Amino acid sequence: MTRVSLLVRLVLVLRKIGHRFVDRLWRLGAGARLFWLTLVSSGESFKRPWLVIREVYFTGVLSLIIILVSAFFVGMVLGLQGYNTLQRYGSSEAIGVLVALALVRELGPVVTALLFAGRAGTAITAEIGLMKATEQLSAMEMMAVSPVARVIAPRFWAGVISMPILAVLFSMVGILGGYMVAVPLIGVDAGAFWSQMQANVDWRDDIVNGVIKSVVFGVACTIIALFEGYDAPPTAEGVSRATTRTVVTSSLAVLGLDFVLTSFMITV
Amino acid sequence: MIQNIVEIDNLSFGYKGRLLHKGINMVFPRGKVVAIMGGSGSGKTTLLRLVGGQIKPNKGEVRVDGKVVHQQDREGIYELRRKMGMLFQHGALFTDLSVYENVAFPMREHTELPESMIRDLVLMKLHAVGLRGAHKLMPAELSGGMARRVALARAIALDPEIIMYDEPFAGLDPISMGVICDLIRTLNDALGATSIIVSHDVKETFLIADYVYFVADGVVAAEGTPKDLEISSLPFVHQFVHGEKDGPVPFHYAAGDYKQDLMEMDP
Amino acid sequence: MERTTIDLWVGIFVALGVAALLGLAMKVGNLTTSDIGETYTVTANFENIGGLKSRAPVKSAGVVVGRVGGIKFDPASFEAVVSLNIDRRYQFPHDTFANIYTAGLLGEQYIALEPGGDETNLKNGDKIAQTQDAVVLEKMISQFLYNKASETKEAAPAPTKSKAAESTETGDDALGSNPLDKLTAPAK
Repeated sequence: MTRVSLLVRLVLVLRKIGHRFVDRLWRLGAGARLFWLTLVSSGESFKRPWLVIREVYFTGVLSLIIILVSAFFVGMVLGLQGYNTLQRYGSSEAIGVLVALALVRELGPVVTALLFAGRAGTAITAEIGLMKATEQLSAMEMMAVSPVARVIAPRFWAGVISMPILAVLFSMVGILGGYMVAVPLIGVDAGAFWSQMQANVDWRDDIVNGVIKSVVFGVACTIIALFEGYDAPPTAEGVSRATTRTVVTSSLAVLGLDFVLTSFMITV
Repeated sequence: MIQNIVEIDNLSFGYKGRLLHKGINMVFPRGKVVAIMGGSGSGKTTLLRLVGGQIKPNKGEVRVDGKVVHQQDREGIYELRRKMGMLFQHGALFTDLSVYENVAFPMREHTELPESMIRDLVLMKLHAVGLRGAHKLMPAELSGGMARRVALARAIALDPEIIMYDEPFAGLDPISMGVICDLIRTLNDALGATSIIVSHDVKETFLIADYVYFVADGVVAAEGTPKDLEISSLPFVHQFVHGEKDGPVPFHYAAGDYKQDLMEMDP
Repeated sequence: MERTTIDLWVGIFVALGVAALLGLAMKVGNLTTSDIGETYTVTANFENIGGLKSRAPVKSAGVVVGRVGGIKFDPASFEAVVSLNIDRRYQFPHDTFANIYTAGLLGEQYIALEPGGDETNLKNGDKIAQTQDAVVLEKMISQFLYNKASETKEAAPAPTKSKAAESTETGDDALGSNPLDKLTAPAK
């Protein structure tokens, strides 16, 4: 009797796991299809750029404050921590290099993407989810207008444009934050700070690679946010769950992609 | 010119094996206001979605203007939809666009009209629903009845041949209800269009419909002019029209013996 | 097309982004310094280049005059072949000396050109004959130790002598483990 019930329970657990796995696969496929559809129906967005400009305002411009403030603090913390470690080896002038490389190569693109997922990604998911719940997308379809071309694609391109801009700004402001700590506060020589940085930060290997990363993150974060909204059950609960999933999925995707991209960039 | 602009022929549709429609036949003659009535969950709205080609039937077909909807490719369906206007249950106005831009939306998407002409057309459509003065408002600033009238103006923006209404009277106060009721009839006659109304509000629907289909259990349970149906002796129609609590549609969801249920300790 | 405040904000946003990218390129990165216009290429062979990397600066009298273009290994001579891209504005005599130096104790390595007195100048594709290899720290320390050890041996036969001698004999391996301890030991 107990053995049978145990077996039944085990089967139930396995079935649940299997069900979830299949569900994930299904979602992955559906997401990929949406991505493809978005790319195919992007022509509309380029013919009417003001649709994209409007969305750049909502995803990019409105994320500026959080990005810039975070960047400044991250830069200052990097400056403090970097100085603390470097001065033990008597090379506190290298603080500029440390701050700049950490920001340009990793923290700029990654932290920007994480903040973007939280600020702009959730907004996109909630907006699309609500448009679906209130039948706005259906209405559009009935007016013979493709929601993918008219609603999804402009937001996608806006995200892809905004992300690198935000990441570059993050790096620049973060470096200024590091400068504020290192030079006026700690007293590192300003000339050494900048010249060491310039000698060791490479345009191609560091800055361009950082921008490439942020473009990839922009594609990933935006398409995830759009898909979660588009796929959300048209209820209040469904939309709120989808918003949570946007943050979780985007964060994991960004960190995973970061590893993959970094390993490519370092070997090549 | 085909006499019936929309024809539904032996149509079956269902989700995951559970059939919602089991062989439905309907015709919608040009110029008429035809209503589809039935209880909640009887698949009335789904019928509209089938006509609009948003979903595909399992069996049978829907023909719009002689063309089988589910055999059209994307372009073909969009071509057909340009002949249709649809009023959604809650209006489905685009919340990020003003009233003016909402009505202008279909024109901007499908025509190359100059801005001045779009402006005239939008104001004309809004005037027809009595909301010309509200063109600067955002959808969030409108009452339910006003939102639905704006949505109606948007649905008729391109002078469609078919106007579909999904529960146009649901959740409105009596005054707004009367206004919408009046608009459906006058717009239909003024545009020479065909109207399909999906509703469960008997009084208003009977007031304006030329012909009514009753849908129950996935089939057309009854049909006829409102006058015929009013005096129909069919038990289901009688219960529905007169809003009786019990009848062929039972008050109780199918359940076991009441006494036995109460007696049992363990459910 | 009517202009809106949104357009203005997006314009500011994009301009900020471009400015930040330019800032990164000019102020943070070395895009400006690597921009040295027209170049000609000469090669130089070294037995050991240490940690020299491609794109490292080539300096003369402390001024950057070019960049290391590429580093190859020559399987015939077992030497490193370094190609130097030098700015066309700067001409160097044929008997110029190429050294690999290190900027500071732990800094990056660069190539320093010391002009000779020849009348003909280096041309594109020429080879610099006289080179000096990178200084390898471990080698230098072991050399220093060897000298120190031999000094102490001659001067005063102390009890630490045998230890110091041992360590010099074992050479690089022993030094690798803890060179500073052994450096100070014989001096006492």
